[in-house]
Amino acid sequence: MIQMPAVKADSIFKKYKKVQALNGVSLEVGEGEIFGIIGPDGAGKSTLFRILTTLILADEGKATVNGFDVVKEYRSIRECVGYMPGRFSLYQDLTVEENLTFFATVFRTTIEENYELIKDIYVQIEPFKTRRAGALSGGMKQKLALCCALIHKPTVLFLDEPTTGVDPVSRKEFWGMLKRLKKQGIAILVSTPYMDEASLCDRIALIQNGQFLKTDTPQNIVREFGTVLWSVRSNQMSKLLIDLRNYEAVDTCFAFGDTHHITFKNVPPLEQDLNEYLQSLGHKSLFIKPIEANVEDCFMRLSGKTLQS
Amino acid sequence: MKNPQLHKARANWTFFMAFVRKEFHHIFRDRTSILILLVMPILMLVLFGYALNTEVKNSKIAVYDPSRDVVTRAMVEKLQINNYFMLKKVLNNASEAEKAFQSGEVSMVIVFSENFYENLLHGGYAQIQLLADGSDPNTASIITTYATTILSSYQMELMKTGKIPYLITPEIKLLYNPSMVAAYNFVPGVMGMILLLICAMMTSVSITREKERGTMEVLLVSPMKPLYVILSKAVPYFFLSLVNLATILIISYFIMHVPIAGSLFWLLVISLVYIFVCLSLGLLISTVVETQMAAMIISAMGLMMPVMLMSGMMFPIENMPVYVRWISEIIPARWYIEAIRKLMIKGLGFSAIIQELSVLVGMGIVLIAISLRKFKIRLE
Amino acid sequence: MSKRDPILMPDNTVILAKDLTKMYGDFTAVDHISFEIKKGEIFGFLGANGAGKTTAMRMLCGLSKSTSGQAWVAGYDINRQSEYIKRRIGYMSQKFALYEDLEVWENIRMYAGIYGVPDREIAPRTDELLHRLGFESEKKTLVKSLPLGWKQKLSFSVAIFHNPSIVFLDEPTGGVDPATRRQFWELIYQAADRGITVFVTTHYMDEAEYCDRVSIMVDGRIDALDSPGNLKKAFNAKNMDEVFHQLARGARRKA
Repeated sequence: MIQMPAVKADSIFKKYKKVQALNGVSLEVGEGEIFGIIGPDGAGKSTLFRILTTLILADEGKATVNGFDVVKEYRSIRECVGYMPGRFSLYQDLTVEENLTFFATVFRTTIEENYELIKDIYVQIEPFKTRRAGALSGGMKQKLALCCALIHKPTVLFLDEPTTGVDPVSRKEFWGMLKRLKKQGIAILVSTPYMDEASLCDRIALIQNGQFLKTDTPQNIVREFGTVLWSVRSNQMSKLLIDLRNYEAVDTCFAFGDTHHITFKNVPPLEQDLNEYLQSLGHKSLFIKPIEANVEDCFMRLSGKTLQS
Repeated sequence: MKNPQLHKARANWTFFMAFVRKEFHHIFRDRTSILILLVMPILMLVLFGYALNTEVKNSKIAVYDPSRDVVTRAMVEKLQINNYFMLKKVLNNASEAEKAFQSGEVSMVIVFSENFYENLLHGGYAQIQLLADGSDPNTASIITTYATTILSSYQMELMKTGKIPYLITPEIKLLYNPSMVAAYNFVPGVMGMILLLICAMMTSVSITREKERGTMEVLLVSPMKPLYVILSKAVPYFFLSLVNLATILIISYFIMHVPIAGSLFWLLVISLVYIFVCLSLGLLISTVVETQMAAMIISAMGLMMPVMLMSGMMFPIENMPVYVRWISEIIPARWYIEAIRKLMIKGLGFSAIIQELSVLVGMGIVLIAISLRKFKIRLE
Repeated sequence: MSKRDPILMPDNTVILAKDLTKMYGDFTAVDHISFEIKKGEIFGFLGANGAGKTTAMRMLCGLSKSTSGQAWVAGYDINRQSEYIKRRIGYMSQKFALYEDLEVWENIRMYAGIYGVPDREIAPRTDELLHRLGFESEKKTLVKSLPLGWKQKLSFSVAIFHNPSIVFLDEPTGGVDPATRRQFWELIYQAADRGITVFVTTHYMDEAEYCDRVSIMVDGRIDALDSPGNLKKAFNAKNMDEVFHQLARGARRKA
């Protein structure tokens, strides 16, 4: 028997006024899979989510959630998905408890019925259950919003930028919670602008300007980087950046925290030559070594390519 | 270095002008503000200058003249040729006067006593009575004043030529509101306005607030039928309107002594219909705007202002130019206020408000139908 | 010494804070923070949401008064000479603070006017700025039509248009794509090379590495202040992310 993918989208096109928000996007998410859509603001992530959660209609293309068509069978979809849009969409003037009870009722269930599912998350905010949602910190709001989206035991979870504007510690905790949910068989579609969260997903799609640059597991994407990535350091990082860019054999050069990542043009790289060149320019404590690319390197390389083409 | 004081003054000036320039940009690049700042004043000028005025012309009058003598006929003639009055009906007996008012055919009835001229000449009983509709005290006082002035000046002429020995000052009697209590006029108006405010404005603001906050998105992606979401917003305002209705009626009746002369039952019925119409209006507004600000502005400009100016609350409708009168016909508040006047102050019954009731019911059905059609199950 | 004179700051210090504190009733938002920042430094101000970063920044910009403690920015006392501070600094907020319905060059001219750039200098410097950013073709475009990355670059350039000695950046790189983020940091480098001190808050830990020194705020206090290299050694961490996590884990202000 063929497994029905939890979410399937086929060549989705969507235009807003003059901007092509989505330019032929396709994907498939299976049960119990965490699928990440990684890309900056304005890339089209929210638009895609709104189409899949039946909130807006695509100009072209088809999509199904749990086998139901997003256009014709939207009612069935709305019964079995959990949706967490950006900005958390909680009722600021209702308390934690009131928010949760309300959403439970909207989904025709009670907090007790599916408590097991949200227990791990809820215990963290339970001490504040009589506090108004508007008075919670970003991390707490995020946890509450997640509980409200899970309260009816959805089979598919759509999380649109759930970690934006939240401190790094809460962000990490959040992904831990998602991993536990995945074990329950819930398909999770999550979008984020943070490249480092990509490695926490099962599969990812890199999105830029309404197009998927690549869709695969993070490991495969990294493996298919396409060339060798080098890390270069010296005692004068700012000057190093300029000098590297002026070096003929260097193809791309980007700052990456405390090191610079470079790629060479087709010529097989001779690190000796580079070393000498940089030393001659006065750099000391030089450090040049090949490294494994990460998702951000891949994103920049792929989006740079599409700019050129 | 040049004079530092001058330099500083110059810097402040540049700074100031930079801001002024920016503000002009904002104003001219925003359609709404141009509308309010430039178009509205012109609109208001035209409205107040031409369409709305407190002069009353072409009031319909009826006459009961048992004498039918030279003087009375002449007086009636004088009233008629004047463009303030239009003789609609000649009555055959006094009791027809009441009916003429009830049917809304006339605003004033002039009654002459019998054998008017003869009695006048020989010192007998001669009297002119002006009966006016007191449920609209403004208009009543204006037209009775006109009539008195016309009749008095004619009588003065007659006196000069010796035709009559003295003046008869008409006796003014107001039906329905003998002491000309102003409250009689504005209570129905206030009722119409408050219900409109609560139902239309607050409902539309509440729905658009949900949209603005983003919680509407989450609600849409749920088994809850979107319609129920909206209805749940209308219900609290419905109950609040009933509470307000009761409060207004109680205060008007017990404290301001405005009568509830007619059927309380039909008063409530037509109020319920009106509330329904206003809720539908609120719903309609919320389907076309995205922000609370827009909902409030449309409710204030598009609903409250026309109600205040063109529903007959402040300015008599009969007096408005034809095109403005047409506009007033599509304002639900106008029909409601009229019906309330009839029920509360004139003490009339169901038969008198059939027209108003059917108009309101019709409006309600049309509005609800349009709103439901425009209602989106999606975000756009 | 009259009110409008700056104090003389020790060798090249542009910002000096001593036990700077801000309390709201019983709540201590900023708890006795002290630091010195030198001219031309790129200083990273890190911390979780609610740790007190924004409050501290607002005090330094002269936007709010401290409850106790002192600080001097560009030689001016933040509590008594805040008006003078405002003329010597630039500020870029999270929302970029550009007028969406004005054109690019109108925004530049407006802010230039606000910061007191002499009239006759505004036009040539505007052209020069547009040329440097590569924006010449967009001179008359309404800001609302610009892509996010361009708005960000424009906002920064406007903040330093009047050559302030210090520029404060509040989470300037939120949500943009990685390439644009880096281009933005290159703009920051160029500004620092020109002698402008950059005070920046950010959520991205890799950006902490681009700074000369960083401070990490936890529960209103500064719990660490040093160069990224030294901090990593001290906390035995591979990168700034780990340093941050070690410090933030102990934070009490989580709700």
